[in-house]
Amino acid sequence: MRTLRFILQKEFRQMFRDKTILAMMFMLPVIQLGILPLAMNLDVKNINLAIVDQDHSTYAQKLISKIGASGYFRIVTVAPAYKQALFTLENGTADIILEIPASFERNLVREGRQPLNITADAINGTKSGIGSSYLLTVIRDFNRDIRLMSNGQPVASPAGIEIASTAWFNPYERFTWYIVPGVLVLLLTLVGGFLSSLNIVREKEIGTIEQINVTPIKKWQFILGKLIPFWVVGMIVLTIGLLVARLFYGIVPVGSLILLYLLAAVYLVALLGFGLLVSTISNNQLQSMFIAFFFIMIFVLMSGLFTSVDSMPAWARSVAAFLPITHFMKAVRMIILKGSTLGDISPILIYESLFAIGLNALAIWNYRKTQ
Amino acid sequence: MKKNNLYTSLSPDPGDTPIIAEHISKSYNKGTAPALSNVSLTVKKGELFGLIGPDGAGKTTLFRILTTLLLADSGQARISGYDVVKDFKQIRSTVGYMPGKFSLYQDLTVQENLTFFAALFGTEVATQYELIRDIYDQIEPFKNRRAGKLSGGMKQKLALCCALIHKPSVLFLDEPTTGVDVVSRREFWEMLQKLKRQGITILVSTPYMEEAVLCDRIALIQNGQLLNIDTPSQITGTFPAALYAVKAASIYTLLKDLRSWNQVESCYAFGEWLHVTLRQHTGDARALIREYAAAKAHQQVTVQLIAPTIEDSFIRLATTNPLQHGTPNQP
Repeated sequence: MRTLRFILQKEFRQMFRDKTILAMMFMLPVIQLGILPLAMNLDVKNINLAIVDQDHSTYAQKLISKIGASGYFRIVTVAPAYKQALFTLENGTADIILEIPASFERNLVREGRQPLNITADAINGTKSGIGSSYLLTVIRDFNRDIRLMSNGQPVASPAGIEIASTAWFNPYERFTWYIVPGVLVLLLTLVGGFLSSLNIVREKEIGTIEQINVTPIKKWQFILGKLIPFWVVGMIVLTIGLLVARLFYGIVPVGSLILLYLLAAVYLVALLGFGLLVSTISNNQLQSMFIAFFFIMIFVLMSGLFTSVDSMPAWARSVAAFLPITHFMKAVRMIILKGSTLGDISPILIYESLFAIGLNALAIWNYRKTQ
Repeated sequence: MKKNNLYTSLSPDPGDTPIIAEHISKSYNKGTAPALSNVSLTVKKGELFGLIGPDGAGKTTLFRILTTLLLADSGQARISGYDVVKDFKQIRSTVGYMPGKFSLYQDLTVQENLTFFAALFGTEVATQYELIRDIYDQIEPFKNRRAGKLSGGMKQKLALCCALIHKPSVLFLDEPTTGVDVVSRREFWEMLQKLKRQGITILVSTPYMEEAVLCDRIALIQNGQLLNIDTPSQITGTFPAALYAVKAASIYTLLKDLRSWNQVESCYAFGEWLHVTLRQHTGDARALIREYAAAKAHQQVTVQLIAPTIEDSFIRLATTNPLQHGTPNQP
């Protein structure tokens, strides 16, 4: 135990001496959680709209001001002809063109119908898709308004099914509530997977492991001496992350904090095992960096942090279902947003524990083999 | 490993022979790059034994096998009576190893490194202070400096302190003086002599031939094979031919001329001189060489009969021993 204490002392001392890594470890959660969720904003704003108004009527004017007032659109130009507007789409200043034909108001009043033309630049698929649907919503609203105006009384709309939806567990549909726990999981994964593997490989690279190996130190002492510091760092990062989530985004975990920490503790052990395994198969920091990066990219992209797992093809869904990060991500969201209890997440906890045992056993076995 | 008949197969008594290596062979890359072939040597208690050879000769590989860091393909070795494969745990607490590359924590201070390695061996700096005092006193003024910021010579002294911190009975020093200035090298060898007087058995490797004379016995190694094991004076004493140092105004053309002369057995540059041996080594051939050089119109010809150095012996052994392998790779 005395030896282990000295090893831990040495590890922490080295960690505190490396100012860059230290700063990264503690600035990482603050900056990433402070910036990433805003950058990953899925709400599309500032859609550049070019309008071709060939009518110049009161109705057309009303429609344009309604669109401008919606807050989502920036009207970049009001062109007299479609060709000019198309030019702004081609040179990138506009994302969407709305064409209001010449007899807009007259047709609406006389015939009660008038098609509009929307042209969207589909290079930025998300922006054009979401932008078009926003525009349709605004136009639909306008449509309802003018019916009221023209008749003085609402026209009985054919088969009026009104759909009202409620977002459960996230009533205001704040995307940050969804993204922030995800980024928190990403941070833990980076600390556990990257830093630990790099640290052990560094000993190999510098050659200090050679000097360590000729001492009577035991394998478990060396390995624990490496894993414990990063486990502690992981827990600190989680704490900072939760504080940032509360202060910046007002996200207060609904569920038990103890449960969250327990789950994170087990997940970190699994991930540290992964880091250890990476370090046993690589000879220098560059190799271990690439191996870790390769896997962490897969973890992040397939875990449902950015994309929905349910919309993946079947094979990808089964990969995602296998990855511990997917379940951890799900469980963290369950605890933070939904207030799930131990009973709800115990299958996930067991699954993570299995990974923790399995990965570490594999790593230690491989570590022995290479000696 | 056949442990039962180990003592019968290894003839020397492990009591006063702390290092016994018998028929050690090792190759890398699945046998394609042989590093050691059939190396046997013994080091007696309290001996300062030098392993002399150029880079890539297999010195580090032999050190790593003897310090239990690497498994030999074949052969046996015992350190202080312990088998390097079976009893590696005991060996690790009885030997001190200083790798050729500086392998201490550069981001820890001198004192922290020392305390850390003392702790790994389950001891304390204070209890072992007597042994390392002479060396530690020299780096003591820098004890709060990070190891990475020390000069080359200081680093070596610190590494030696760390290797000595648990009072090992056998010390392995892999090229301790490579890349160290001349003064520090001399100091380092003086320290080794002191340690030897305290009864520590030392195996040291070096590519510098002039350091060989400072050892009690040396083994010359080339391409993974031992060429000779003896005391330095024996090795130079048994040099079988008369050795001449020759110099002239144009040293390069003289070298070419001498090499093309059928009387010459070997001729190689040695500093500003050429060292020459002749095929027939009866009597003094200085006049003969001078005549030949004069016949080839060389100016300012000087010929001396000199005593061979270790380097001469090494070159002779290395060129006359038939090479069985290509150049082995150093790991």
